[in-house]
Amino acid sequence: MNSELRIRTPEGIAFAYQLAGPVARCMAWGVDLIAIIVIAQGVNSLLSVAGYVSPDFATALTMIAYFVVSIGYGVCTEWLWRGQTFGKRIMRLRVMDAHGLRLQFHQILMRNLLRFADLLPGCYLIGGVAMVLSKRAQRLGDLAANTVVVHIPQHAEPDLDQLLAGKFNSLRQFPHLEARLRQRTTPEEARLALQSLVRRDDLDPDARVRVFAELVEHFKTLVTFPPEAVEAMPDEQYIRNVVDLLFRPRGAASAKAAAA
Amino acid sequence: MIIDLPRFIATERPSWTELEKTLDRLQAEPNRALALDEAKRFHFLYQKVSADLGRIATFASEPELRRYLEALTARAYGEIHETRERARSFRPAHWFFAEFPRVFRKHVGAFYVSTIITLAGVIFGGLAVMLDDEAKEAVLPAMFANHMGDPAKRVAMEEKAKKDRYSDKHSMFASQLMTNNIGVSIKALALGMTFGVGTIILLFYNGVILGLVGIDYILAGQGVFLAGWLLPHGVIEIPAILIAGQGGLMLGKALIGHGDRMPLTARLRALGPDLATLIGGVAVMLVWAGFVESFLSQYHQPVIPYWVKITFGCVELAVLVWFLGSGRRKDSAPSDAEVGA
Repeated sequence: MNSELRIRTPEGIAFAYQLAGPVARCMAWGVDLIAIIVIAQGVNSLLSVAGYVSPDFATALTMIAYFVVSIGYGVCTEWLWRGQTFGKRIMRLRVMDAHGLRLQFHQILMRNLLRFADLLPGCYLIGGVAMVLSKRAQRLGDLAANTVVVHIPQHAEPDLDQLLAGKFNSLRQFPHLEARLRQRTTPEEARLALQSLVRRDDLDPDARVRVFAELVEHFKTLVTFPPEAVEAMPDEQYIRNVVDLLFRPRGAASAKAAAA
Repeated sequence: MIIDLPRFIATERPSWTELEKTLDRLQAEPNRALALDEAKRFHFLYQKVSADLGRIATFASEPELRRYLEALTARAYGEIHETRERARSFRPAHWFFAEFPRVFRKHVGAFYVSTIITLAGVIFGGLAVMLDDEAKEAVLPAMFANHMGDPAKRVAMEEKAKKDRYSDKHSMFASQLMTNNIGVSIKALALGMTFGVGTIILLFYNGVILGLVGIDYILAGQGVFLAGWLLPHGVIEIPAILIAGQGGLMLGKALIGHGDRMPLTARLRALGPDLATLIGGVAVMLVWAGFVESFLSQYHQPVIPYWVKITFGCVELAVLVWFLGSGRRKDSAPSDAEVGA
C-alpha cells in the first residue's frame, strides 16, 4: 500500500494526495454509523405521526425510511459534499476519482452499493484486506468505482511573527546569499526547518541538540555564509535565522520591524 | 531560479482568480457547455497556472502559495482531461424508459448466462424435491416456512379464507418485500466483485428455492394455484433479480478481463455507468413487484379468480418483454458517424 497518490499531468506538473489508511477510514465509518442511527431515529419520530392515520402505513414508511437512509446516506452526502460524509469531514478525508478527474455520480453509487461485498464475512474483513493489499488503499467498492480516499491536509500555519519576533538576524546582511538560500532550498527542507522550530520543546535535550546540529550541517552545504556572520551562533539560532529568511520575505520582515 | 515573488504574485494573480471563477461556474452549472472562445481561454488559463506552479514548485518560501496553485491545477486538470460525458440533468422518464432497456440489451449476453444459472438451480431444486422428501426442510429458509407442509392443504386453507387477512398490513408487507428484494439484488450485483462466483452461487440458490417450491406445487396438482400466486409479481421480480445477476456477472467478467486488452481500471471505469443504470432499473421493477405481491398475489380464488391473476401476469410479462426489447432495432441501426464514415 502506497501512502501517496501521485498524479502527473500531460503538462509535466506533478501533484500528490496523501491516501487515507484503514484506521482513519474505520473511524470515519464509525462516525457515519452513528449519524445513520441518529438520522433513522429522527425520521422514525417524524413518521410516527402517520401512525395516527394508519399504523400499517406508518410501519411501512419506517421500514422504507430505514432502508433508504442506510443505503442512501453515503450516496447523498458524498454527492452533495463532493466526496465527503459526516465521518469523512470530521476525519478530514475525501473520496476522489483515482485519476484526479471529476467524481461522477455513478462512481459514488457503485462504491456505496458494493460496500456489501467489502463487509463480508463481517466487520469489513474483505474490504480491510483489500485496502491493505491495494497499492492505492482501495476497498473493493473503490476498486470497482475507480475511486480513492485521500487526506485533506491541514493548512494552518504557525504564527511566524511570534516564533521569530524580536530576534536580530545577522544573515540578512547578505542579500545575495539570502537569495541563493531561497533558491536552493526545497519546500520539504524549508518545512523540516520550520517544524523543528515549532516542535523543539517536544524534543529531549539531547535529541534537540542533535537535530539542530544536523540541520545546520545540511543548510551549510546549501549556502555558506561568511564566518563573521555565524561566529558563535548556536545551531538553534542559525536555523531560526534560516527560517526567517525562507518564510519572511525581506519587504515583509522590514515592514513588521518598522511597525514594531 | 530566482524570481521576484511579490511581482510574480501581483502579475499572475488575476489569471489564477479568473481560472478559479471559471471552475466555480462549471461546478455550479454542470450542464453549461463552454463556447469555443471560453473553452480556449479556459485551456490557456490552465496551462498558465500549470506553468506558474512549475515555477513556484522549487521556491521554498511560499508553501501556502504552492498548495493553492496545486489545488487549482488539480481542479482544472479534472475538468480539462475529463473525457467522460458530463452528467446531464437527470431525466427520470428518459432514464427508465430509454436508458435502462438500452443498457440491458447492450449486455444481454450476461442476462442469458444469469438466466441459465438460475434455470440450472430450478432444475436442481425440482429434482431434489422429486427424489427426496426431506429436501424442502433441508434447503428452504425460515421465511418460506408456510411452504414446508403439503401444498394441497395450504391451497385449501387459502381458498377457504373469506375475509381480507391482509387489509391491515398491505403497506407493511409491500415495503418488507421491496426492501428485502432490493437488498438481494444489491447483493447479487456486489458479489460480482468475487470474480462473479458469489453472484453465481446466489442466482443458483434462488433457482433452487424456486424449483423446490414450484415443482412441489405442480407434483401436488396445484399448478393453477401456483401460476395465479406466482405470475402477477414473479414475472417482474424474477427478471429483476436476473438483471441484478447480469450486473454481477458483468462486474466479474470485467475483473477477469478474459479477451479484453484494456487495463482493469479502464474496464471497470467503462462499466460503472451501465451498472448504476441496471441496479436503478432493478429497484424500480422491485417496487412495482412489491406492490403487486402485497395487493394482488396474496388473494386467491374465490376473492380473485385465477384466470384474472394469470392473465394479469401474462400481460405484465408481454409488456416487460416489449419494454426491454423494443429499442433493439434502434441499437443496431448505424449511427450518423458510421454512415458518414
